Amino acid sequence: MIKSGMRINNAESQKIRIKNKNKIMNYFVNEKGYFGDFGGAYIPEMLYPNVEELRTKYLEIIADEGFQKEFHQLLKDYVGRPSPLYLAKRLSEKYGANIFLKREDLNHTGAHKINNTIGQILVAERLGKKRIIAETGAGQHGVATATVCALRGLECVVYMGEIDIARQAPNVARMKMLGATVVSATSGSKTLKDATNEAMRDWINNPIDTHYIIGSVVGPHPYPDMVATFQSIISEETKKQLIEQTGNDQPDYVLACVGGGSNAMGMFYHFLNDENVKLIAIEAAGKGVDSGHSAATTALGKEGVLHGSRSILMQTEDGQVIEPYSVSAGLDYPGVGPQHAHLFKTLRAQYVSATDNEALQAGLLLTQLEGIIPAIESAHALAYLEKMKFTGKENVVICLSGRGDKDMDTYMKYFGL
Amino acid sequence: MNRINKLFQEKKNILSIYYTAGYPNLGDTVAIAEELERSGADLLEIGFPYSDPVADGPVIQASSKSALDAGMTLKLLFEQLKDLRKTVSIPVLLMGYVNPLLQYGVANFCKSCAEVGVDGCIVPDLPMAEYEEFYEKDFKQYDLTNIFLVTPQTAPERIQKIDSLSNGFIYLLSSSATTGQNLQVSEGTEAYFSRIAALKLKNPTMIGFGISSKETFDKACQYANGAIIGSAFVKNLKADDVSGSVKEFMKTFKP
Repeated sequence: MIKSGMRINNAESQKIRIKNKNKIMNYFVNEKGYFGDFGGAYIPEMLYPNVEELRTKYLEIIADEGFQKEFHQLLKDYVGRPSPLYLAKRLSEKYGANIFLKREDLNHTGAHKINNTIGQILVAERLGKKRIIAETGAGQHGVATATVCALRGLECVVYMGEIDIARQAPNVARMKMLGATVVSATSGSKTLKDATNEAMRDWINNPIDTHYIIGSVVGPHPYPDMVATFQSIISEETKKQLIEQTGNDQPDYVLACVGGGSNAMGMFYHFLNDENVKLIAIEAAGKGVDSGHSAATTALGKEGVLHGSRSILMQTEDGQVIEPYSVSAGLDYPGVGPQHAHLFKTLRAQYVSATDNEALQAGLLLTQLEGIIPAIESAHALAYLEKMKFTGKENVVICLSGRGDKDMDTYMKYFGL
Repeated sequence: MNRINKLFQEKKNILSIYYTAGYPNLGDTVAIAEELERSGADLLEIGFPYSDPVADGPVIQASSKSALDAGMTLKLLFEQLKDLRKTVSIPVLLMGYVNPLLQYGVANFCKSCAEVGVDGCIVPDLPMAEYEEFYEKDFKQYDLTNIFLVTPQTAPERIQKIDSLSNGFIYLLSSSATTGQNLQVSEGTEAYFSRIAALKLKNPTMIGFGISSKETFDKACQYANGAIIGSAFVKNLKADDVSGSVKEFMKTFKP
């Protein structure tokens, strides 16, 4: 529940944001692991050696030619990249703009999550790790992790909130079939936040042989930067595809939904320094930003530390984390990645929100106009089209981060199908 | 000289007890401290609860949640501790996670600690570099001790650095683990404790995590100036007989 008096001090934050707007901004991570004021590695000493090992080695590992070759080969032959950039004609007609969908939903396992798990499993192998752990909310990241562990023959343990296990049974079965052990997180709210806590506890207790594949651009440095780097393939391809299709690699708008923010960061990454490209991040308003049942972090949150980094999070005055709510399990997270907090504070990206109802309606609309059933997460980004004004000429790219198969129960209940 | 330094100068085999503020009942915080001092504890670590305690096992997760549900906050804790020094004379540390501390304000936190007579704190997820760069001056201004953790995986040069930043004691984790597991003293553990002893640190050491019985306490005292008991004590607290359950538990250690 959101308590009153929790809203960010808007006058103050707006002042800071306007001041920052006039500076030349670095939107990427600095040598201390910070994006502006956000990031760092707020971890107990028990995690320090693991995180430090990763921090000192990840750049070198990723830059290695052999790594790059293997990573891109797997993305091509196993994941099915490049994912298409599809000009959605009927959707474009409806809104009066050229709307392109970046089809991450067509990836193997059905979402953008696998871009990151392929990258991290190759890093884990090069660090000599034998055991993989992960957290998952809806199960998409858990499935993507279990998939790469099966592919490479590594032991896999996935932490998932007890409530999520109950409401995402097909993904639990997929993970088990892929050979993963699914462990129920029974603490706290029994959802994604608590699954993340349990995964961190596992890592503390297994400091030598285990790699933790975090699924979003959250966590201690270097995770936010590493995950964004792997997901940046989304915008890298988009730019090439835009040149082919429009002759210009800079669209007017780029839209993506944000929970922790990994698909959005991948979608924004190569546009960050193209100041003419407007970046719009759509958070989950749940039943409404001020309803007390929301996950709109930048609207409701304050600066603080969660899961190892300084960012913006939904919290009480006493610094206790507030349970978020969204119909979409993938956006049901009380924080955002530190790079998003930086883009928000510097005004580089605009952070808005869509409610459960708006997202579900947008999901149905896309299905009926284009024959594509989107994940409810991605449908939040589509929902924002309703609030935009176009002249008919704008090029708009939307990250369709996942497919809606996993959400059929929710769609069925909502629309009485 | 502050209470912590004095304690380590005067005593060996120091018994430190951790418990969560506001557990088992919201108003028990000071009563437990008083009973612990009467029953022979040398040092107290009062936990301020956090919603997402990643370094803690099930017992302290549960006590934290119970205290938060009952309405415990850092602000309320300082109110409860207002008259602490009228009845409690042994050193007291506060232990908790960094986010509540940041929201309270670090300088403000240090000031409140000094006002009620708290001697220092343990904040496992406050990184050493951030402490040194941003917060050390506030701690020094109010003569507060910040306690750092060391695990079997901590590199020797990092331990030296921690020693140079510390001014109370160093908290040695028996193993890399969350709280509330049993200490198994293997050859590896002994080698680790001996390795630490050989570094000839300027600060005394206390062993914590996994100390649950007189036997494990005595074992730990062979390698350090004392040991810390947390989960085993918290597990034993009875909501309807707090004082009795504290006495009962302490009998094993200070007969």
